[in-house]
Amino acid sequence: MSLGSFGRSIRRNLVVIAGLLTLAYLLLPNIVVTVFSFNDPKGRFNYEWQKFSTDAWTDPCGVADLCGSLALSLQIAAWATLGATVLGTMIAFALVRYRFRARGAVNSLIFMPMAMPEVVMAASLLTLFLNMGTPLGFWTILIAHIMFCLSFVVTAVKARVMSMDPRLEQAAQDLYAGPFQTFIRVTLPIAAPGIAAGALLAFALSFDDFIITNFNAGSTVTFPMFVWGSAQRGTPVQINVIGTAMFLVAVLCVLAGMMVGRRSRQKA
Amino acid sequence: MTTVTEAPPLAPTPVEEPRRPRRRGRLVPYWLLLPGILWLLVFFALPMVYQASTSVQTGSLEEGYKVTWHFATYWDALSEYWPQFLRSVLYAGVATVLCLLLGYPLAYLIAFRAGRWRNVILVLVIAPFFTSFLIRTLAWKTILADGGPVVGALSSLHVLDVTSWLGITAGERVLATPLAVVCGLTYNFLPFMILPLYTSLERIDGRLHEAAGDLYAKPFTTFRKVTFPLSMPGVVSGTLLTFIPASGDYVNADLLGSTDTRMVGNVIQTQFLRILDYPTAAALSFILMAAILVMVTLYIRKSGTEDLV
Repeated sequence: MSLGSFGRSIRRNLVVIAGLLTLAYLLLPNIVVTVFSFNDPKGRFNYEWQKFSTDAWTDPCGVADLCGSLALSLQIAAWATLGATVLGTMIAFALVRYRFRARGAVNSLIFMPMAMPEVVMAASLLTLFLNMGTPLGFWTILIAHIMFCLSFVVTAVKARVMSMDPRLEQAAQDLYAGPFQTFIRVTLPIAAPGIAAGALLAFALSFDDFIITNFNAGSTVTFPMFVWGSAQRGTPVQINVIGTAMFLVAVLCVLAGMMVGRRSRQKA
Repeated sequence: MTTVTEAPPLAPTPVEEPRRPRRRGRLVPYWLLLPGILWLLVFFALPMVYQASTSVQTGSLEEGYKVTWHFATYWDALSEYWPQFLRSVLYAGVATVLCLLLGYPLAYLIAFRAGRWRNVILVLVIAPFFTSFLIRTLAWKTILADGGPVVGALSSLHVLDVTSWLGITAGERVLATPLAVVCGLTYNFLPFMILPLYTSLERIDGRLHEAAGDLYAKPFTTFRKVTFPLSMPGVVSGTLLTFIPASGDYVNADLLGSTDTRMVGNVIQTQFLRILDYPTAAALSFILMAAILVMVTLYIRKSGTEDLV
């Protein structure tokens, strides 16, 4: 291969090289988190490599309050997902399927939380709770999470319902299905991927939320709050173990989903 | 089809049947909207009103606050914290541009060049989300550590001399400098740029590229005249999804920065949660909200894509 053709192939694949470099930039912190989950740090902070150890992996709950905060985050994420998905799906159906007054106002009310820096929503919600004298804790976190997840669910479900063929429901009604039966047996299964996508997004957003929780949690400690606190007090290796495990679980879930999807497509 | 339309039992009762559902049907959308919209009104819109009212109150934590229409709070807040405001806009702006420059090649790669690797790369872009972003931001402390490999390489290539001269790093340090904060912001919001870019690139008909090539356009001309203009919706929503959260962020500035890199988010957070000066915090938050709304509206107008919602 001459130097000229080498240069040409580099130039042709420039976008591929640049793209892969960006991918490396995106994945580098995850690699560091994984490697440092096997670290045995000297001091309180896990920022410098000392020596290999699997202690943290064999004892992931060995740090006080860590697993409690993780359980609390999972619990809040589950309830917030349920609430936001139910409310958001209802709004999405209303927006796509019905004509009604004040549609523009409803649309902007749903768009606004997505176009607002989190810190603004967090601060204003806190002023409401302070003025009302609401005790901060589990319930205020849950209220806040449902609020900011709602818009994302609406957007995800709306996209799916809009691309739905309305004739399928008409066909069901022509075949003597009542409105309720049509909804359960036809509408819901078709809208399910959109609802699932919205729910997944809500879960991820709620589980990883820090800023809004930081303002409205009071002294309740969720997992991101625990990590934030540990950045000041000292970072236990177990944080990296949980971060790595979450990453692996997510990748495995997606891969499994892709396999199931491929198999069902082959069947069809 | 024919058997369905000819179904006999429907014919005799056409008068009674449709009426009932129709009257009930008129209220259905309102019942569907009610709980969700009420939630947003009470926990999103109403707090904005409370925040506006708090920002014009005076008093103290012990004696309580009263609305006194003390608009001077806004003036005081701005004159004291304008450097943090400026820094927020600057850092978020630079991070957004960097996200666009870094994210575009990757989105292009996924959309046109990845072939059967497309889904794998997409998963790799999204999967880091599941490792808490605080943990990933802390990892940058290790990557950019003093005397670490990254800082060592930058130093031996004399990059740090240039950046120190520009004032974005300090001597042999990258941590606790503006460069580290912008690097963290860029990293954290990059997926929010890549995904909308990918969505709009993926919709482009591949035959348009062939047509451009047939008309003797060089690859770069094809990109400039065909691909990029068609990806504009993705560029607009990607830049918004990056700039808005980045401008209000305080996590990167806190974990990777120093007192000289504090952004407006940091000020709002400390005023609200540590100093407990609610009027100043509310005024700052209100100014940030207004500034973002004005900027976003102007930007959307200018770029001519108003169908983002």
